[in-house]
Amino acid sequence: MVEHRPWLTFLTHAILIFGMLLLVIPIYVTFVASSHSLDEITAHFSLLPGTQLVENYTSALSVGPRDVGATVGTMMLNSLIMALGITLGKIFISLLAAYAIVYFKFRFRMFFFWLIFITLMLPVEVRILPTYKVAADLKILDSYPGLILPLIASATATFLFRQFFMTVPDELCEAVKIDGGGPIRFFFDILLPMSRTSIAALFVILFIYGWNQYLWPLLITTDESYYTLLIGIKRMLDVGEGQAEWQIIMASTILAMIPPILIVIFMQKQFVKGMTETEK
Amino acid sequence: MEKRVIFKHKLLPYILVAPQIVITLLFFIWPASQAVYQSVLQEDAFGLSRTFVGLANFAYIFTDETYLRSIYVTIIFSCSVTAIAMSVSLLLASMADRAIRGATTYKTLIIWPYAVAPAVAGVLWYFLFNPTIGIVALYLKIYGYEWNHSLNGGQAMFLVVITAAWREISYNFLFFLAGLQAIPKPFLEAASIDGASPFRRFWTITFPLLSPTTFFLIVMNVVYAFFDTFGVIHVITDGGPNYATNIMVFKVYHDGFLSLDLGGSAAQSVILMIIVISLTVVQFRYIERKVYY
Repeated sequence: MVEHRPWLTFLTHAILIFGMLLLVIPIYVTFVASSHSLDEITAHFSLLPGTQLVENYTSALSVGPRDVGATVGTMMLNSLIMALGITLGKIFISLLAAYAIVYFKFRFRMFFFWLIFITLMLPVEVRILPTYKVAADLKILDSYPGLILPLIASATATFLFRQFFMTVPDELCEAVKIDGGGPIRFFFDILLPMSRTSIAALFVILFIYGWNQYLWPLLITTDESYYTLLIGIKRMLDVGEGQAEWQIIMASTILAMIPPILIVIFMQKQFVKGMTETEK
Repeated sequence: MEKRVIFKHKLLPYILVAPQIVITLLFFIWPASQAVYQSVLQEDAFGLSRTFVGLANFAYIFTDETYLRSIYVTIIFSCSVTAIAMSVSLLLASMADRAIRGATTYKTLIIWPYAVAPAVAGVLWYFLFNPTIGIVALYLKIYGYEWNHSLNGGQAMFLVVITAAWREISYNFLFFLAGLQAIPKPFLEAASIDGASPFRRFWTITFPLLSPTTFFLIVMNVVYAFFDTFGVIHVITDGGPNYATNIMVFKVYHDGFLSLDLGGSAAQSVILMIIVISLTVVQFRYIERKVYY
């Protein structure tokens, strides 16, 4: 800006720093708590890191919380399988569907398009009971397909790819046809390599979406060996009259935040691109 | 919007759309139609008998006091979350837009809470405000304010609103910042040469030009508050105390899975679907406007 207003510049930074602290403090307190013993936590611990950091994390990862029946290590693995399954599944089926809708003319094309479009309007939260019933009938409760499949249909990913395919010059497709190549060759040699950045952006957004799923895993997992980490944390909190193992809960909470936060920080460019493009 | 060059193949396109269509039919269309179907039936909890009751389930839930309370709670909750998350993030975004030094650092540190799951955000804030061990609750007690959100409904609502808004600030910040950076600088420079103060410039130029972003975010925030905050509620309050935070999505879950009231839960699902559909329509009309204005 043209003018110089030192006061306003000071205020700007003050507000930003205050806002950042507000966003960071809950996470910082959790981190500090995860480095103290249970006795220290219940006796109002200091806000400096304690000495139990390594013990708490190793015991969470290898021994696991009491009364839950699975280690945090196993639950993290389940979360990872679910997140990757949802991410890759969504990208895979959306790429194919968008390819068909953009590059082929066939009966019911628009009907299929609208069918996919409708899924935008039906988040899992509004149809939980009947979806649960379908999963039960298919016998995929307490299984990885059960955690993944119902969540992989996505109109947004299909739209994003469709949008992108529309911008790919027709000449490329013509060139492949002149060379005698068919749709499969065009897809693998031209379209897929060109979609790399869109795929990367979607990957970031979808991984976070998948890792953070809560309601659906809560409904369909009763067997501890399929608990995802978020469900495990909720179970650790539900101790009734007993004393919650706060040091383990806090360590697990930090572990639950690490993968998506790392992805956002290290793939920030793709994250921002994914956010602004999928939401349009 | 059609491609000029296309492939001709009889079978391939059907094979390509098949996975998506199968998943959609199986897990979206069929369950949704089941919800509509069940909402007009009365079924016992064991599924042994069902009778057609017309709109009786709807009539029942709209006279049910806990449901009306739940609608009221949802409105208060989503309005508060939207108002807080939007105003804080607009403030932060316009500051970050001004800041020349450290702009990237601020941006990184402000956007990453978006990666935190709502349920995890719930754990973070639940821990801070835990009546027996939370440090905020402790300090409040030292200053003479008794905090116990498991007994006091107003406090419980406050806590879930703060938690839900906390996470949404990052999301709004990202879009507001992008919107602010897209505003042509000459407008603002001209105004400042005319002697308009920064606050005046903000309200007369920046804010009106930002209105498409603001409108989009209002819709997205309401959707978030309605549907994605299940984890927050489930972790912190379980809808309590005394239904004070029993938002509609939580009630569908509770009635369907814990009380096994299938017809009532299905009727509530149908109402939620109508809400999502209207919000989606509103949002799409806005996108059309944005394209042509």
